Formats: sequence, C-alpha cells, structure tokens
Amino acid sequence: MAESILKVKGIKKYFSTPKGMLHAVDGVDFEMEKGETLGLVGESGCGKSTIGRVILRLLEPTEGEIYFEDKNISQLNKKEMIKLRRDMQIIFQDPFSSLNPRLSVSEIIAEPLIIHNIVKKKNSELEKEVLRLMDLVGLAKRLVNAYPHELDGGRRQRIGIARALALRPKFIVADEPVSALDVSIQAQILNLLQDLQEELGLTYLFITHDLSVVKHISDNIAVMYLGKLVEKAPADELFRNSLHPYTQALLSAIPVPSIKSKRERIILKGEITSPIDPKPGCRFAARCNYAMDRCFKEDPELTEVGNNHLVACFLVEEKANN
Amino acid sequence: MSDNILEIKDLVVHYITDEGVVEAVNGLNMTLKRGETLGLVGETGAGKTTTALSILRLVPNPPGKIISGEIHFDGENLLELSEEEMRSIRGNKISMIFQDPMTSLNPVMTVGEQIAEGIEIHQGLSTDEAMEKAHEMLELVGIPRERAIDYPHQFSGGMKQRVVIAIALACNPSLLIADEPTTALDVTIQAQVLELMRNLREEFNTAMILITHDLGIVAETCDKVAVMYAGEVIEYATLEQLFENPKHPYTIGLFGSIPSLEHDVERLKPIKGLMPDPTNLPSGCPFHPRCSHAQDICKERKPIVTNIEEGHMVKCLIYEGVIEAKEVL
Repeated sequence: MAESILKVKGIKKYFSTPKGMLHAVDGVDFEMEKGETLGLVGESGCGKSTIGRVILRLLEPTEGEIYFEDKNISQLNKKEMIKLRRDMQIIFQDPFSSLNPRLSVSEIIAEPLIIHNIVKKKNSELEKEVLRLMDLVGLAKRLVNAYPHELDGGRRQRIGIARALALRPKFIVADEPVSALDVSIQAQILNLLQDLQEELGLTYLFITHDLSVVKHISDNIAVMYLGKLVEKAPADELFRNSLHPYTQALLSAIPVPSIKSKRERIILKGEITSPIDPKPGCRFAARCNYAMDRCFKEDPELTEVGNNHLVACFLVEEKANN
Repeated sequence: MSDNILEIKDLVVHYITDEGVVEAVNGLNMTLKRGETLGLVGETGAGKTTTALSILRLVPNPPGKIISGEIHFDGENLLELSEEEMRSIRGNKISMIFQDPMTSLNPVMTVGEQIAEGIEIHQGLSTDEAMEKAHEMLELVGIPRERAIDYPHQFSGGMKQRVVIAIALACNPSLLIADEPTTALDVTIQAQVLELMRNLREEFNTAMILITHDLGIVAETCDKVAVMYAGEVIEYATLEQLFENPKHPYTIGLFGSIPSLEHDVERLKPIKGLMPDPTNLPSGCPFHPRCSHAQDICKERKPIVTNIEEGHMVKCLIYEGVIEAKEVL
C-alpha cells in the first residue's frame, strides 16, 4: 500500500451571502496517495476550486479536517502554515491574471525562494536556481528578463508552473491549468506536467471541467456536483462503468472528435440548482431522470461498491441490495 | 439560382496598427451550399473570427481593413454594397451568434425587446406584432414566454445563449454564423444548446458556419470542415474525409493534441512551437517552422491547393509531390 499524503475529512465551506448561506463545499471526504493524480471534475459552481483552496488553507474551512502527511493542518497558525507551503503549492487557471505584471520572469520565479529564505536575494545561487527552473519547464534562457505581457498563454503558464516548483513541493493543486490554452499548447503543458511528476515524484490534485483532459492525466477521478462528491473511481473504471446518473450524463455530453462513435446522448433537463441554503436530499434529484421520492428527502452517502469505486446514489444502492 | 449561398474568393484582411500590419486573413477561399453546415476550425489567431466579421462587413475599421477579395452571398458581392444595403442584410438574411452570451446582450433592455427589435426593423411589423413574434421565438428556444419581460442578468449563461439564438433566428436567415457559441458554457448545457441549434437548423434549412476549436463539436454538427492556419484554409474536406483521412500535417497535429476518451494514450503528440506572429508571418508555407516534415523548400515556396479527391483540398508541398513525407501520413 502506498503512503497516504493527503486526507480530507468532512470539509465544508460556506459563504455568507445576502440571500443566505452558500454551501460551496458541503461535506467532502477523500484520500490521496503519494505520487497519485486525482482528477476533480464538475461544472462551474460545483465547488471544485473551493476545495483546492481550502486544502491549501487559502480559504478557511467552515468545518472538517485536513491531514497532510498524517498531520492535521486545519488548525495550524499562520507561521506554521507558511512553513507548510513549501510542500504544498498551486498552479492557477488563468496565466494572465495570476502573474504580477510588474515583475520580470526571473523575479516571479525567484519570489518564493526569497520569501522562504532559501537563497539570499541577488546572488549567483539564486540566478542559477531560476535558470534551472526555467530549463525544467522549458522556458528559453533569453526570456529571463521578459515581462508577462510579452509572452503568450503557454509560456505564461510555464512561469506559473516554475513558480510552483521553486520550493520543491510534494503536493500541487493544479486548478484548471490548461483551460485557457489552445489545444496544441494544452498538449505541450499536459506532457510537461506528466514529465515533472515522474521526475520529481509529485502528487497532483488536478481540477478541471474538461473530461478528456482528466481521463488522460488522472489515476483516480472524483466527480462533484453542487458541493458534494457523487462518484469516485479509478479513471478507467469511471469511464467504463460510471454509475451515478450525473456522471453518466456528463460523460455522454462530451463531444467526441470521431465520426465513428455515435453514442446515445443523455440530455439533462434544467440547469444546476442554487447552492444557497439547499434543501435536504440528493442535490442532483431535480435534474435526475431516475429520481425517486426518497431522493428528495434523504442525502445519499458516498459508499464503496467494489474496485475502489465509490458512489452516492440511492438507485445504485437499491440495485446492489436486490 | 446557384447552389452556393456563400462564396469567398481570395479574401485578404489586415489590421493596420502602430506595431505593424497584422495579416489576419491571407487569400482565403471558401464555398458553402444552401442548408449546409461548415465547421471553421483553428487555434487562437488563425483568423476565424475575422473571416466571420468580414462576411458581415463588421471588421472594425480602423484598424481593420478588407484589402481585397470577393464575398458573394446569394449572388451579390457583399463588398460592393452600400452601408445601407448591408444593414438590411445583417440580422435579416445573415445573422451571427457571438461567443460570449454575457456581453452580447444589452443589459438595459428586456430580452423580449431585444428579440423584437430586429423583427420590427426587418419585417416591417408593428411593435405589438413584433413582440408577439418575439414571444414565439422564446418558446422555440425553450424559454417560457412570460420571461420576455426579464432582463439578461436574470438569466443563466445557457439561457442567455438561447436568447441570443432566438435573436439570430428571428428573421429566418439563410446564413447563420456561430462564433464559438458554446465555449462559455458547461458541457451538459453545451449539449442542450447544440441539440437546439441542430433541430432549428433542420427546421429552417439554414446554412451555418460554425466557428470552433473543438473537433468534437465539429464531428457532431458539421457537413464540411475548413481548417485554418495563419489566415488561410490549409485543408478543406467533408466531415468523413477530414476525420478518416486528415492530410495536412497541422490537421494531423491537431488530432494528436486532443486527449482521447476512447483510447489510452500515454503521451500526447503536440505540435511543437507556437502559432506564428501575424505581424511577421513565415515565408513560404506558414506552417513550416512547426512542421516535422518541413524541408528547405518549404521556407520559399508557398503551397497551392492540391485536390486529394472530390471535395478534399489541401495546401501542402507533400501533396504537390515537391517533397516527401518523413513518415507515412
């Protein structure tokens, strides 16, 4: 059994809004092993980015515990948290707004090293380290003094990756790292992330809405709907044998770039319901083609059905019992 | 009456800026038959949107300028029409769905008024009659008519895009240009909107140009595909020809860049390098700096159109027999 690196238990994150409590994340549990890539998928507003931020304590959880390498980090104070950030880093979605426009490439990559007192400001060691990181992510040396606005999206995302890697972290939250990029550049960055993982033994929490990307890069995939995990399984298993009606609809909705595979498409009715003060019951019930009375009254629990496959749905539960 | 609703010949569009001339569209040729759907595929900066705006003569001028070429719509050269004649075509015979439904609606007008506006102008109906027609359009795209008095901010993204579609189809256009109509939407909502567009297109027999970077959407929606690179169509084919037998190294590279849902691929095969700078396009074949088959001659000689078979055209020196492919394509 591989070593566990991250464990989250009953995480909740509520935001207070004028209309009521917004349940962005509403009781999520999962565990990750060292060197694993867990893909977290869901549509906009389902709370996937919030989870990423809560794990790094960029947002304070309303409830729940986070264990990093068996240490409960949900109660650490600011100083202890700064130390921990050497091990846990994030790559942001938008390579345009996540880089300081007034810092040069080398200054951006050097910043974490200076903040964490790893190297002294302005010495040759720092310069060497910045160049090493640039080389690692495939940025040409000549760009060392360039500013973000001079570079295209793919190169900017490489800066974001170099900055995240500067502290030699063990765990990285990658929040939609390729969504803003063109497909040919997207493929370059995905290959880079895979190479780095192999080389440095990184663990990724890979947040995305793109299901073909998540299948390509993940070992395991967790599907989220309105603040809750509805299904979690090894990547192949999820695509071969999805059980939750939402996952099935989500997978069938992806346009496949092939003219041979004509699949039956499940068109969902309606749109995502409001996460503000949600009613009890399954969050997906209102859009589900199979919803029963029970689905509107009780919350289904995420339960294992074999093969490391977990699902939260009464329909699946009842089928298994019969 | 000709079969072709749209014929573009040697279109050249430049943006003249202080930093230099942006060569957005460079000698583009394209035809579209009545009732047909053409997918216009390419990455950011390939000139897809500029091509669409040129058809409507909406290229912002300055800095944009249609340098040369012809755009024949229904037998008329649009580039020779007066601004007034053009206005009677826009939103009437040719209409457009823009990418971002959040910014393409007027925030201070109700959606009913926005749909009725075009109907009133183009069809000479009274305000009340136009509003009645607007209500029907709303129902057609699956929104209850009572919501005609609501403002755009009261709708979700998918609903807003439905409103935009209702506006575009209100005058029953013979050509609809959809510029990345579902890029801003979630996949389950995208599936709803694409299905709606497919049904409406069949009902009204509208010809459509669908601009997208998603080959999956092309596979599901289009009859013909034009792949654009650096302002040119580098491959043009029927859907079957392009997906079963892609010829241009760039098209093949695009397919290699997409993670597959059906096969397990360890590593993607991306196209090396970046899109060329449109103010400084490479000489010869614009794709040569990124092409794994390129030889010296590709830097000098601009490929011309080669016919692979009926309806399948490609611009590449390999198919002109000038150079040999490094591996079997």
